[in-house]
Order: sequence, then C-alpha cells, then structure tokens
Amino acid sequence: MNHIAPGRNAGVYNYDEIDRRFVAERVEQFRAQVARRLSGELTEEEFKPLRLMNGLYLQLHAYMLRVAVPYGVLTSRQMRKLADIGRKYDKGYGHFTTRQNLQFNWIKLEETPEILNELAEVDMHALQTSGNCVRNVTTDQFVGAAKDEVVDGRVYAEILRQWTTLHPEFTYLPRKFKIAIMGSEKDRAAIRIHDVGVFAKRNEQGEIGFAFYAGGGLGRSPFIGKLIREWVAEEDFVAYLEAILRVYNQYGRRDNIYKARIKILVHELGQEKFTAEVEEEFARLRGPKYRLAPEIVAEIRRRFGGPSFEELPPVSAALEQAKAGNEAFARWVAVNVTEHKAPGYAVATISLKPAGGIPGDATSEQMELVADLADQYSAGEIRVSHAQNLVLAHVKQDDLFALWTALEGAGLGTANVGLIGDIIACPGLDYCALANARSIPLAQAISARFADPARQQLIGELGIKISGCINACGHHHVGAIGILGVDKKGVEFYQITIGGDPTLTTAIGDILGPAVTEDEAVDAIEAIVEVYLANRHDGESFLATLKRVGHGPFKERVYAAD
Amino acid sequence: MALLKAITANRLRDGEVVFLKAEGVWVERLDEAALFEDAAAADAALAAAKAQAERDQYGVDVYAFDLTLKDGRPDPVKARERIRALGPTVRTDLGKQAAA
Repeated sequence: MNHIAPGRNAGVYNYDEIDRRFVAERVEQFRAQVARRLSGELTEEEFKPLRLMNGLYLQLHAYMLRVAVPYGVLTSRQMRKLADIGRKYDKGYGHFTTRQNLQFNWIKLEETPEILNELAEVDMHALQTSGNCVRNVTTDQFVGAAKDEVVDGRVYAEILRQWTTLHPEFTYLPRKFKIAIMGSEKDRAAIRIHDVGVFAKRNEQGEIGFAFYAGGGLGRSPFIGKLIREWVAEEDFVAYLEAILRVYNQYGRRDNIYKARIKILVHELGQEKFTAEVEEEFARLRGPKYRLAPEIVAEIRRRFGGPSFEELPPVSAALEQAKAGNEAFARWVAVNVTEHKAPGYAVATISLKPAGGIPGDATSEQMELVADLADQYSAGEIRVSHAQNLVLAHVKQDDLFALWTALEGAGLGTANVGLIGDIIACPGLDYCALANARSIPLAQAISARFADPARQQLIGELGIKISGCINACGHHHVGAIGILGVDKKGVEFYQITIGGDPTLTTAIGDILGPAVTEDEAVDAIEAIVEVYLANRHDGESFLATLKRVGHGPFKERVYAAD
Repeated sequence: MALLKAITANRLRDGEVVFLKAEGVWVERLDEAALFEDAAAADAALAAAKAQAERDQYGVDVYAFDLTLKDGRPDPVKARERIRALGPTVRTDLGKQAAA
C-alpha cells in the first residue's frame, strides 16, 4: 500500500516549530509533576488539577486519558499512533467521544508522560480536554468537503485553539467552556447546545462573518443558546469571543458548581442584559490588538493545505454499476455517503455502531485499517464526528466500492448513519465515575433489536441519544428519542424523552413518563417507533409527526400495560 | 441481611481498583477484602486508610461502600461497586473478571 508521507496529508493543520516546542515542553512539565506526585512531593489535592489539565481523569477501573482531536480532524499517521498507544498502553482499543476526541480507558499514571511524549511525536496532545478552560473546539465533520459548505470552519476553530490554549484569562474560568463552529447551511455540529455556538456565513458581498449564540448547554439544567449577534465581521471574530469570555469570567458564578456554566449566567442576567454587557466589552476591546488580520487567516488557511481534486464526471459509472450489482453496497451508499463539493468525489462516513456493538469503540486494528484506507482513498485524512463515527471526506466515487469492501471485511461497513442504530451513548457506569446507570448495554440492546438494515432505512432518520447521568455527555436532551439513566435505590432505571432536536431548530425533549427498567426500555423504544410509523405521513420526520399528533399516542402506547 | 462495609481506593501509580485487607495492606480482589460489620470500626479503618494511602503515596479516592454476603462471598449493594470489583459489564474479557 502506498502511504502518503507524513505532513503531506490534506486538510490537517501543519504544526510549526513553535507549536512542537510548546507541546514538548508541556510533556516534560507533566513528567516532572507526575514524578513529584509519585514521590509524595505533591498531594493529590495539588496534583489533581495538573493531571486534569493534561486530560487525565480517574475513572472506575483506572485512569482515563482523553486525547484531543482538534475539531475532529486527524491524519492517518496520527490515527496509527492512537492505535499503537491503544495496543501498547491500553487494552487494544479506544473510544471516540461526542466531543470528537478519543478516550483510553485503562491508563496508568506512571506511563502517562511517555504516552504524551509519543502523542507529541505526531503533533497530538491532551490539552483542552479537561479542566475549567476553553475545551477543544468542535465543528462539522464534513468541513472542507460538504457540498453545502459556505465557510470552512476548521480555519476559525484553529484560530481559537491558538488564541485560547495559553490565554491567561481563560485558564481558570468558572467552569469548562465549549465552543462549536458550523459553516454550512445544515447544522451538523449542534452549535446551540454549546456555551458558545458560532455560525460562520457570508454576506451579499461574499465577506465572511459570524452569528454568535451564547448560553447553550445540556447537563442538569439544559438551555438552548441565544442569538446574541447576527453578524460579527471576520476581523472582529477573536475580539467578540474574548468579550463573551470576559463577561463570563467576571460574572460567572464560582460559588456553586451547578450554576457556574455560562448558560446559567445568560439565563439569570437575561439575554438582553448579557448581550449589552458583551457589546460594551466588545466596544472596549475592538482595535488593532484584537483585530484578526486577513493575512493571519490566509496563513492559517494555507497551513491546512488541502487536496487538489481531479476533474471528474459528476456521476461515476463504476459506482452506479457497483450499486446495481450489490444491494448491501447500494444501501451503504444511500445511508452513509454524502455529496462532496467536488464533482466525482464523495464523503463516506464509517459507522462505529455495528448492531449490538459499543458505540464509538474502535480496536487498534480497526484504527490502523481506517488509517490505511484514508491513505489509499482519502488523502491521508480522517475525521471524528460528534456522533462517534469516523469520516473519510475525500473519496472518489469510483473508489467507494473498494472502500466499502475493505470496511465490510473488518466489521466497519454498517449502513446506519443517522438511523436508529446510530446511537450516541456515553461510556456510562461501565467506565465513568460520575455515571448513575449504564448506557452501553442499552445502546447495544436497541441496536440489536433494530439490526435489520432494511427496517432501519424504512424508519428513516431517527436519533437516539443515551446518557448515563444528568451530565448528559450522550446528549440525551436533544435526541429525537433521549434516554437518561438514573439510579433508584441502587437499581438502574431509564427516563425516556421525545422531541429533542440538535440542529439549529434546537429543542429539548420532553419526558414521556415514569422511568422504566432496562428490559422495558427496549420495548418502549419499539413502541415509540411503531406509533411513529403508524401515524406518519409520507416523508414526514419523527419530529414532524410528534408535533402533529402530540405526545399522547406515544405515551399511551409505551405505558399501555401499566 | 445486615449490611457490611468494605474500603476501596484506586492505586495511585496505575489506577487499579484496590480493597483494604488490613491496616496498610491492600489487595486487588474484593474476595480478600476486610469486611466491617460495625459502622464505627469501618469509620475508623477508613480514616486510617485515607491517611496511610496519602502518606505512602499508595492510593487515591479512598472510601467505604456497602455490601452483603451472597453464597458466602462479598456482594456490593450498588451496581457501581459491583462493576468496579469486576470490570465493565460490556467487556467481560477485561478487568478483574477476566482473570477470575
């Protein structure tokens, strides 16, 4: 197989020596901190914030290392390194998360500095994956490839990474701070459930600007981000974000962890007052120091490089022929493949949700295969989606059949992206120290129940999202069907919500009724689906049917036996 | 059935789940853990274990949890502690259960 040389991949930001030196220095700092902890020079209380700043959590069975995948984009070389670390320091697998990162579940503290050192060899780290800082900025997994893209969000996500990583004002925020950027007509990054959501767009003159939403977030108190400015010019991008963060840093509550997120501040101050405070700060900040010069944007954009696309016919005869000859492949193309901006190319999503499988988990062997396939078919570049899948963004339509054949052979050919089997689930009580209930077994049971790909396709788009506790890492609030695990006197129960929507028309789901047991939950989901199918009009989405018929029929059916 | 208590922690250097067997002695398997019938004795052992774990840089997140005896073996009351004592229910090839 012809591997593309490191650094020559398309679409991944190329570090310079300053970036590399900074990451290397952080590794050595952490190495010294770990040594001081193990020798007793540092207490756990002193050490904990330091390890969290390097992505190292303590979970149920071991330490967990959350590796940053900035805005979800990585090279094949980086993916191979993750596979290697999984095999060498973990138990041969990793878990891709709803924050587009990767978690290793069985990490030893004493080995972590060496793991970070190995990550640094491929320009990776675990910065901004934990602690009360600006976290890894997330964006559309189809960025730079989607046909409906208006602005390439990677460029601005990278600008924010550079702006925030060492920013002295943003190191000790009241709480963690999550930013998502979207640059296409369709919101694939769920921007309104983030502390700040940025919608990148162009005006009539073709100039780039941004709408800013603030105060979104899930967890114990879910809120939908409020539009606080319709248009911020590109040169003011950093200044406006800094203004928001300054207002939050000044007024955000530090006395109560449950009220410390910006969503509570926006809610308590009110949208108008919050916006006025931001505007006042913005007016103060605006000026040469905070101006994002076009040359900087151009240089960052240049450092991403980008594949040069061949001139191809818009429709591939080879693809059409392969589809005609193979029903399973045709289904995979219909479900997992998205239109590319360049004629003759396609965006292929690799589902990490096999029927009965663990959502988001990939073995080291699977990671290596995806890296090889990325080199062979997609310019050496891979994306992680917030739905816990992987994406090869620049595949020639002519190559799709060969790609699918290789994926299918490794258990990665599941055709369910966006369908009921494509369940988002947090690690839950099987791994997480904060969880109240297990998420994964329920996801497995539901995906096994709906394993038939034809039935899934018949049901159509329907997002199920499962969280094992109210912190909502599984985004259950915005699932068309959301499931929240709760603990009732030591027994796991599951509370079902319906009507959530993660797109720009964001909605928080409503609780359907009393929580149910694990066994009952799968039947309840089946009942909800049956009510939907029985009531939907032609082409009508689940949310549209729900809006038209109301919750009543769903509730009656789910609780009919009670 | 009367509730018993055991004391657990994660080992500092590698995060492994450990259980207190005797003062200053930690084991990896719940079957070998000391079980406390008396709440006051459990509290005293917990305080000593916390101090020792920090003093010796041995363990972190030291706490006591409830369990009963089932077929003569310790059985945690909460799913969380059962999972910690065994490993993830979705990967029975991993964790302490794998070596059982």
